Amino acid sequence: MSAIIEVDNVSKSFGGVVANTGISLSVERGTITGLIGPNGSGKTTLFNSIVGYHPIDSGSIFFEGREISTLPVQKIARLGLLRTFQQTRIYGQMTGVDNMLISLPHRKMGFADAFGRNGPEEYERAEALLEFVGLYQKRFLRAGSLSFGQQKLLEFAMALMNEPTSLLLDEPTAGINPTLINGLIDRLQRANAEFGITLFVIEHNMRVIMNMADHIYCLAHGQLLAQGSPADIQSDQRVIDAYLGAH
Amino acid sequence: MAKRAVFYLALIVFMLAAPFVFPVFKTQLATVWLMIIVALTWDMTGGQMGYNSLGNITFYGTGMYVAAVVTIALVYDVGEYTGSSGGGIYEFTDGQYFAGMFLGMLVAGLFCSLIAIVIGYITFGLRGPYFAIGTLGVAIAAGELVSNWEWVGGGQGIALPVYPGDLEDGKVLFYFLFAGTGVVLFLFLKWLYTTRFGAAINAIRDDEEKAEAMGIHTLQYKLATWAMAAFFVGIAGAISAFQLIHFEPLESAYQTINLGIFMVVCALLGGKGTLWGPVVGAILFHVFKEVTWNYLLGWQWVALGALIVATVVYFEGGVVGWLMERKPHWFNLPAKADEATGEDQP
Amino acid sequence: MEQFASNFGLLLQFPVVNLKIVIDGVMIGALFALSAYGLALVWGVMNVKNLAQGDFVIAGGYVCWWLSQKGLPALLGVPIAFLVMAGIGWVVYKVVICRVIDRDLFTTLLATFGLAIIMAQMLNLMFGSDTQSVDLGYETLYFMDGFIDVPIAKLLGVLMAAALAIGVVLFMKYSRMGQAIRATAQDVRAARVLGINTDKVYAFTFSLNAAICGAAGAIIVMVWVIQPFYGITHSVRAFVIVTAAGLGNLPGVIAAGLGIGALEQYGAHIFGIGYQQAIAVLLLLLVLVFRLLQQRRVRQSLQ
Repeated sequence: MSAIIEVDNVSKSFGGVVANTGISLSVERGTITGLIGPNGSGKTTLFNSIVGYHPIDSGSIFFEGREISTLPVQKIARLGLLRTFQQTRIYGQMTGVDNMLISLPHRKMGFADAFGRNGPEEYERAEALLEFVGLYQKRFLRAGSLSFGQQKLLEFAMALMNEPTSLLLDEPTAGINPTLINGLIDRLQRANAEFGITLFVIEHNMRVIMNMADHIYCLAHGQLLAQGSPADIQSDQRVIDAYLGAH
Repeated sequence: MAKRAVFYLALIVFMLAAPFVFPVFKTQLATVWLMIIVALTWDMTGGQMGYNSLGNITFYGTGMYVAAVVTIALVYDVGEYTGSSGGGIYEFTDGQYFAGMFLGMLVAGLFCSLIAIVIGYITFGLRGPYFAIGTLGVAIAAGELVSNWEWVGGGQGIALPVYPGDLEDGKVLFYFLFAGTGVVLFLFLKWLYTTRFGAAINAIRDDEEKAEAMGIHTLQYKLATWAMAAFFVGIAGAISAFQLIHFEPLESAYQTINLGIFMVVCALLGGKGTLWGPVVGAILFHVFKEVTWNYLLGWQWVALGALIVATVVYFEGGVVGWLMERKPHWFNLPAKADEATGEDQP
Repeated sequence: MEQFASNFGLLLQFPVVNLKIVIDGVMIGALFALSAYGLALVWGVMNVKNLAQGDFVIAGGYVCWWLSQKGLPALLGVPIAFLVMAGIGWVVYKVVICRVIDRDLFTTLLATFGLAIIMAQMLNLMFGSDTQSVDLGYETLYFMDGFIDVPIAKLLGVLMAAALAIGVVLFMKYSRMGQAIRATAQDVRAARVLGINTDKVYAFTFSLNAAICGAAGAIIVMVWVIQPFYGITHSVRAFVIVTAAGLGNLPGVIAAGLGIGALEQYGAHIFGIGYQQAIAVLLLLLVLVFRLLQQRRVRQSLQ
């Protein structure tokens, strides 16, 4: 086991508001790692720091041993480190299938490949992945007219289409019909097991994250509060206090 | 399918026959093709990629000058030629004329592509309004710089040799040069928009941040698109240079508010972001302009401004966009979820 | 080229020339800052990038010029241009701007560009394409053995611009309408929920902007020249200043305005008056590239 994402002593503040202070954590290759913490504890800020949405104040971030804390978003994405958004982002005017095809891994294509058309192979892959997330029936509908939960699933499928080495998911179950959550957990686990994608997941739903993750980090007030296996976290008094609001 | 074939065949026949059926309107028809070319190229970035340039006219003007300079430089010293301002006797043989024209078109296209990459490298970091204003600024500045540059004739402009032979034949030639470029461009775009390239620039238009987050080389696509557009505009400029014979920097080459804005209006009027929109828009606009222009007695520019405002304010989708709303089944548009009769799970 | 070099050499040879250029530039820059402040206002409050900004300035100038042709005192032209342009601004808002305000950026940009064409052409039809100016007939003050000349008219222009700017700032700070405008700029929805009529605020902001531009134009016609097609250059300048200074940063706008004025005077001195537009555009590109590099350092792009 080796660390694929390493966050080393990262701090980030916005004006006077400190969002992350001296956070160090690592995500092991091939695992599902959870990131939990009460609202405003700096989880999304940390994600944004990792994928390059803003500069960090101090510290460093490594992906596959490479320093990425100064790279812009697209370069990081082309290294194979992808993220989904808390507020889902898909191409609303295109169909589901087109959304999938545009998500083909451009980092694996040369410039000349851009002038090719997508063959049956790509269509099959797109449809298989849509099937995988349960959107096969809706694949020719305009993506913008799907429900929020379906758009979320589509975004997940698009991320898989991109064949990332590692995927950062920001609250994958938020806004999804509770009856579908079990199915989603299953798909995340299969994506991890079958496609070998390392997952780093922010999640508020404790049942989901405890069932799924191999290792969990808990943030509170912008600092790393606790880490360990799901069982450790569940019995950690500090975590319980943080969630219940005790200090 | 057969219907479509008949439609295209009729178009081609009309295109080939037009200058002979309407001999009086040869130059007018050529201008329609010019408008189609500039509207289609504007739409490549403006409609398909979401980058609204107000400065594509830079490539038109540059194309004119490059073609003229190439043609002259093949035979004479450019500085002396322009310095004499028609005083000296400069003869061009037929061979020199056509060699200059052919080479001029080619070099104009390539040079404009190069310029697009250089300017694009600076301006494509600019999103939205900054890009539009930045490119408009470049066009204005280019016109002023060229009109101060004595080597290419300064504010006087450049005079090219006249078409050797019957002038009416010349008009036919220019018509077919424009028409040929237009058809090649149309077919090229028809193909390009079905490739991954087309999908990628659409993705940039719809959500550039998402496209970046998915690892698309956005800058590369933006530069390539603009360079391709500039290539065709440059060629169109080169043809115009030979057609006009004499041109000035501000009035005919870098005509920011004439052709520079006409192309935007054509694309918007026809429907931006569609293949046929700019074509339809260019034809409609040119007809409208030719019919009304001379009766407006100086108010035509005010009318043009009003047309721009009216189009963007009240007629957003253009003709093709309007048709898409009325007759969606003509266009194979994707259905919305609530319109579909799905028996599927959520 | 030699011409440019010798012009440049002159600057080193006679340092006093620099002082003259800076003083000239700062005086005209104060007027640029005024219309840029108006642009920052509509940009910040209603997110409209107004390409007709410069044409409002020129139109205001023509109001003043026309009045002085009719024998009225030119100084009276400033408040009248302010009022007339406020009215025109209001009409423009009601007819065009209010319909594009929620649409994408290019729509507003192109709509205002269409307006710019309409206004420039109408001014051309009404007043002809000659350059015009109004001579106030005041004396010129001389300093440093006559090297530095400061026309009293220009001094008066700067003072009027300053007075107008102070007036607008006080208005924004203390009046109910000013507070409503600032609230709307921060959060439209919150302002609406709290009962502010945002449509009224928008209409008022836009006509205030047009009025500021009109007054600036009226001063410009007294200290400089106007021509129907000079509008676009003024628009470009306003964009340069706002881009350099950022929104809602009045000291920045003033500083950038004065700086642009001085830089343009330097450019005109070195390259000649024929490059006026090119210099303004070059400054725009420089500012944009600078901002872009700044943004890239924080992993962002210029929106």
